[in-house]
Amino acid sequence: MTTYVKAINGALFEAMRADPNVIVLGEDVAEGGPYTATAGLAAEFGVERVLNTPISEAAICGVAIGAAQSGLRPVVEVMFIDFITLVLDQLVNQAAKAHFMSGGQLEVPIVLRTQGGAGHRGGAQHSQSLESWLAHIPGLKVVMPSFAVDAGALLASAIADRGPVVLIENKALYFTRDQLPADPGPVPIGRARTLRRGDDVTIVALSRLARESLAAADRLSSEGIEAEVIDPRTLVPLDLETIVESVGRTNRLVVAHEAVAYGGFGAEVAAAVQAAAFDDLDAPIERVGAPFAPVPLSPPLEDAYLPGREEVYAAVKASLGRTSKSSVK
Amino acid sequence: MAALGEGEALRILRTMWRIRHFEERVGQLKRADEVHGLIHLSVGQEGVAAGVCGQLRADDPVYSGHRAHGHAIAKGAPLERVLAELMGRDDGLCRGLGGSMHLVDRAHGFMGATGVVGGNVPMALGSALAARLRGGDEVAVVFFGDGAVQAGHFGESINLATLWGLPVVLVCENNGFAEFTPRSAHTKVERVSDVVAPYGLVRETVDGNDLLVVWESFGRFLEAGRRGEGPFLLECLTYRLRGHYEGDPTKYREAVTKEDWQAKDPILRLQRHGVDAGWFGEEEVAAAEHAERDAVEDAVGFARGSPFPAPELAAELTYA
Repeated sequence: MTTYVKAINGALFEAMRADPNVIVLGEDVAEGGPYTATAGLAAEFGVERVLNTPISEAAICGVAIGAAQSGLRPVVEVMFIDFITLVLDQLVNQAAKAHFMSGGQLEVPIVLRTQGGAGHRGGAQHSQSLESWLAHIPGLKVVMPSFAVDAGALLASAIADRGPVVLIENKALYFTRDQLPADPGPVPIGRARTLRRGDDVTIVALSRLARESLAAADRLSSEGIEAEVIDPRTLVPLDLETIVESVGRTNRLVVAHEAVAYGGFGAEVAAAVQAAAFDDLDAPIERVGAPFAPVPLSPPLEDAYLPGREEVYAAVKASLGRTSKSSVK
Repeated sequence: MAALGEGEALRILRTMWRIRHFEERVGQLKRADEVHGLIHLSVGQEGVAAGVCGQLRADDPVYSGHRAHGHAIAKGAPLERVLAELMGRDDGLCRGLGGSMHLVDRAHGFMGATGVVGGNVPMALGSALAARLRGGDEVAVVFFGDGAVQAGHFGESINLATLWGLPVVLVCENNGFAEFTPRSAHTKVERVSDVVAPYGLVRETVDGNDLLVVWESFGRFLEAGRRGEGPFLLECLTYRLRGHYEGDPTKYREAVTKEDWQAKDPILRLQRHGVDAGWFGEEEVAAAEHAERDAVEDAVGFARGSPFPAPELAAELTYA
């Protein structure tokens, strides 16, 4: 039994012990950061390998890229995904393209750890879910674990990867206790996890919504509806095969994430599934996401804004309430 | 640190002629639509590339910006592979996927050029950090123009480089223009070395078209960098003889007269100095220049003969 943030911390310790080229850098990382993800690293590995930096996100990311090109394996922390705006030039124009633009000469094995998610009264600049921006960039891998076991194992895989990986954690999950087996072994990037089996509807859910979807599935089960819940864990590259196989059995799909629904990653999943499995679908693909507005501060407004188990439940019911013309014939 | 002397002068002169002929040929090839994309030439600025890279080892990491041909060539990149890259061919340094603004020659320590002004500065810091952490004595170098100094990455990087004392030499080629605009229209601070003054790093502003001065100043920084000291800033005042890019009508500035330019040209200045000092004779110089011109012509032949890359290459190289 561990927490999500302890799994991240443990994976950092293991990677730094195993390889002297692994370094950690970011704001306040030597002090453990605001969520203790890097706690204790500086004491064991020294401030030469656990580098506190000024509030200079662009430069920090650029330093990590240069260091990676010269043989290190830096793990950069961007404290809130909201600050990814300051890093995007380095991440998008340099890290993602260096291997490609150099004709394969350069490799940029960096991991950019960051965390998103709302629900903590953080306001519009400390609560966003911006994964779809990053998933849009060829050359980046994007990983978004929902459970402690996956968070630790996927961080290990990300550090071992030969290219840039963005690991998007979730502040709302940091101190959740894991319900899954303690040691699943290595988790490769690009492999989904089926959290729950069911034949009536498939729910594909990211990050916090994966847990919410399990709760929704329990309620649906009490009504005799068995939902299959899939956590992609990796957005890029997406394990479409697992999703399509599931939809082939359930014939219905709900895609759920906390990000604003419009232009969100769920739209890509929906498009990919309808292209691969149009004939298997008995109902339009339902999407669950936040409304098209910034995250409000006021507690009742934020609570109303956040998608959760209720919205997933309602989306499943909407999907089941639809019948295609072809199936009534 | 030795001053530039007889032994090195001819080699450096040849490097400058190589760059000059290469750049002028690329200008022609651009007009003939044989090289592709935005092309930024460094004609007139060869002294900085040659004086700096001429003292580096292959394992010293060098970063450059959009005006990168001269730096890559001075660092040892083969002419024919640079030109093939500009033509988008499979034998290009980057197999035709990078182009003029994104040259990389890993084997010669040319770690990359970037088309985003100033974005290369923190990356050079990272390479310097890697050298220090691994116990090496490599010194990282980054070339950038005076326009990059107004970009956010630069300010962040100067702070970080000095805070961490990284072995990096920041080489600013101050040609007086940021793209199409004179420096005076972008900032109140005339000298880049003054911009960084509060950080207390060792810095110098020199005549970038005087090879003897560039060599001597950079050599001192390099020697200290080898001992793990840094960072350093070398501001080289130079002159961009052509427009910002090939095709730029350069309406924003006065044309330089031929007489003026002969007095400024870093190649002619080193030639005159070397001949006067008895380092080499006029004939030797002419022979060197012709040899470099021929080498550029050979590179054109090679690049023209190189195939375009297979279409699958783009997907293959998106991920390592």
